[in-house]
Amino acid sequence: MTGRDAVLGALRRAAPPAVARPAEPAGVAYPDPVAKFLESVQGVGGMGVRVTDPAGLDAALEGLEAVRAARLVASLIPGLRRANVNLDAVQDPHELEGIDVAVVPGELGVAENGAVWVPGRNLGPHRAVFVVAQHLVLTVPARSIVHNMQEAYGRLTLERPGYGLFISGPSKTADIEQALVIGAHGARSCAVLVVG
Amino acid sequence: MPKVGLFIPCYVDQFYPAVGLATLRILRQLGLEVEYPREQTCCGQPMANSGCAAEARPLAERFLRVFGGYDHVVAPSGSCVSMVRTHYRELLGERPDVAAVGARTYELCEYLADVVGVREVDGEFRRRVGLHHGCHGLRELRLARSSEMVGPPFDKVRGLLRQLRGIELVELQRPDECCGFGGTFAVAEEAVSCFMGRDRLADHQRAGAEVVTGVDMSCLMHLDGLARREARPLQVMHVAEILSRARLA
Amino acid sequence: MNGHPENAARFVADAERTHWHDTAVWSVRQKRDRAAWTVPEWEELREAAAGIKAHTLSRLADYLEEFERNATANGIRVHWARDGAEHNAIVHGILERHRVTRVAKSKSMLTEECHLNPYLEARGIEVVDTDLGERIVQLAQEPPSHIVMPAIHRKREEIGELFHRTIGTERGLTDPTRLTEAARLHLREKFLAAQAGLTGVNFALADTGGFVVVTNEGNADMGTSLPPLHIASMGVEKVIPRARDLGIFLRVLARSATGQPVSSYTTHFHGPIRGGELHVVVVDNGRSASLASPAFRRSLSCIRCGACLNTCPVYRRSGGYSYTYLIPGPIGSVLGPQRDARANASLPFASSLCGSCSDVCPVKIDVHHELLALRGALAEHGQVAAGKRLSMWFLGFLLRRPALYELAGRMARLVLRRLPALARLGPGGVWARQRELPPAPAESFREMMRRQP
Repeated sequence: MTGRDAVLGALRRAAPPAVARPAEPAGVAYPDPVAKFLESVQGVGGMGVRVTDPAGLDAALEGLEAVRAARLVASLIPGLRRANVNLDAVQDPHELEGIDVAVVPGELGVAENGAVWVPGRNLGPHRAVFVVAQHLVLTVPARSIVHNMQEAYGRLTLERPGYGLFISGPSKTADIEQALVIGAHGARSCAVLVVG
Repeated sequence: MPKVGLFIPCYVDQFYPAVGLATLRILRQLGLEVEYPREQTCCGQPMANSGCAAEARPLAERFLRVFGGYDHVVAPSGSCVSMVRTHYRELLGERPDVAAVGARTYELCEYLADVVGVREVDGEFRRRVGLHHGCHGLRELRLARSSEMVGPPFDKVRGLLRQLRGIELVELQRPDECCGFGGTFAVAEEAVSCFMGRDRLADHQRAGAEVVTGVDMSCLMHLDGLARREARPLQVMHVAEILSRARLA
Repeated sequence: MNGHPENAARFVADAERTHWHDTAVWSVRQKRDRAAWTVPEWEELREAAAGIKAHTLSRLADYLEEFERNATANGIRVHWARDGAEHNAIVHGILERHRVTRVAKSKSMLTEECHLNPYLEARGIEVVDTDLGERIVQLAQEPPSHIVMPAIHRKREEIGELFHRTIGTERGLTDPTRLTEAARLHLREKFLAAQAGLTGVNFALADTGGFVVVTNEGNADMGTSLPPLHIASMGVEKVIPRARDLGIFLRVLARSATGQPVSSYTTHFHGPIRGGELHVVVVDNGRSASLASPAFRRSLSCIRCGACLNTCPVYRRSGGYSYTYLIPGPIGSVLGPQRDARANASLPFASSLCGSCSDVCPVKIDVHHELLALRGALAEHGQVAAGKRLSMWFLGFLLRRPALYELAGRMARLVLRRLPALARLGPGGVWARQRELPPAPAESFREMMRRQP
């Protein structure tokens, strides 16, 4: 008998009586989800910036200290003035080490927790770019801000096969005496530009 | 006129009879027909909590026999009532008599608040009082909203006490942390039990309490034992002892 | 081996440190409270999360097969392990095939349960735990003391000293920001050098054939995005029916664990990285036995948030190492004895049954009721001390006979009044170490009633 048969057999024999799925409660809704989203981004240690005119993206980036101070900026959004890393020429994700800022487009934002959904296809050939870069800039369309995670999962489509993640704020830890430290292994800062 | 059976926990019977008397006085003052069946001894909780279900079962059966004939059973104890209402089912199985007696057994404050519907507590108690919410009463009988839960506040015990003239209910830093009695835990894990109890006392003292009260004499026995050993300026009184000074309607 | 009471007594002997540990862990409970209160529908979410888990457990094999089918279609290789030994062999086999000698691991209590690290290290594979707290305890060569904050028992000065000794930081460094920065640089090197990434699984998704790993640090992402090989270990109970169900679970997980609205990184893996391989090892290791038991199956709903540890007045005052199982606190005291009753027999009794754990559990496991049920199970299987059972039998004997009970009560009060030294024998003596004994009134309540009804 294979391990698979043994495990599944044991679980079937042990199965409790059927329990129906519960009803799903309605999730919290906000009067101004975009405002709440920006507030939540701030709350999770990120920096929320409203960019009402999509043409103002370059200027908004210049407004970020991490971008101004950056030597190497990798962008998954084409045509950005500050971008100077050709990700297509990178053969091995290990070569990404040294990138100061990664600019990544997100697909939707969640007001209750400042999370941005980034599908794998938005990360380019080497998905490690968002975690190896020292600083992260995310963009998300204002009309794609949802109220809560329940709504988010109703809206997003998971790439199959594929990859995708919610990013909420910069990398952080409180493992030393519960003291919050921003910038554990991933991005030391996370700016979220809400566009449109 | 409902016939009320008075259930006095074994340790209250032996060590804190005044609490029994106070409970009786409160119920009689309300005009209730109260009987104290002498055949009662113990609800079986110490045995059940030690994992000794076989020893607890006969006591549970005995309880059902002794109190089965009453319309209501009232006890000055959250933990004993919790045993009867919540745990007899696990001990004896799903039986109509278990469910029926369980549904009719009440801790004193919830009985006064929910069944009798006491609307007036006419009396005086000019002391600074710390309310210790015993865990069984709080999280099993839901005598008040526990601090872990999100929802509208309610507190059946405080609701009665705060009506007393001159009473000052102090504000604790941890309003419902366990005192550390926990039955056999008090002896089996003596070190942590006492550490927990002393932390409770420090909280009450810091809040300015002179009297620590609660619905369970077991918690208070433990806290009192610690307080007296350290000569802390704190006195314990069961809520029945405080409420029996008033006229309830 | 000492049980919880002996270990806890040693822990609380250092009162100052106990207060420090208690305060630190309590602050996380407070964060959890603040976060829960921002969600008006919090109790409904808990109910829904509990319901989804209960439903899933009633069809676990079906959902696991569905997961396997869909995961395989996504290019994920699914393996099955009956126990920890099989799990370790499978993981090692995959690593060996790829000639891996350097692994970056992100937190997985399951891999601790299987003792994976020593297994791999004995076979020449370096395993670096990349979660900061896990790395700290790994460098200190000690087990984690909390399932979410592994190094909560360590003061900053001790960590500074540890880093100085092991990774060469300057002596006397105590600032958490600077210590974390040092760890960042040190672990960045390890990430870049790793040939494989090992993770746990927070949720496996049956309908889409993927799984989710949640971190604040980004270590799971770093560890699995640089090397081409990723192996994820999951207990059978981690599968949930639909990806949509994450909408419920992710709303309660981080809030319960740390008080954050969501963790920094919630990563959904639905296939290997380009040019790489993704393996999932599904592990039973006693979970099917738990599933078979009506009294304990709800403990399989656990999403490992740690909220029960943070709220437990006993855990906070005794620390993770007082517990005999790798997962301490309330849920550990339910899981441990199911794994090994003899080694963990003291754990269900290391609780005052206050019920706070059950009230914070995001999936509404009635932890304190399971602890009580475990006490009964242990007593039935001879894991409760004979002396204790004898005294309970004796007490039961007395209490079934009112006349005898009355006599015993009268004698006890007499002894308390006249022979206090006698009262301090046995349990009375334990009680009296730090507490005065209860008063000994001349008359019991029933004696008063007899006299004057």
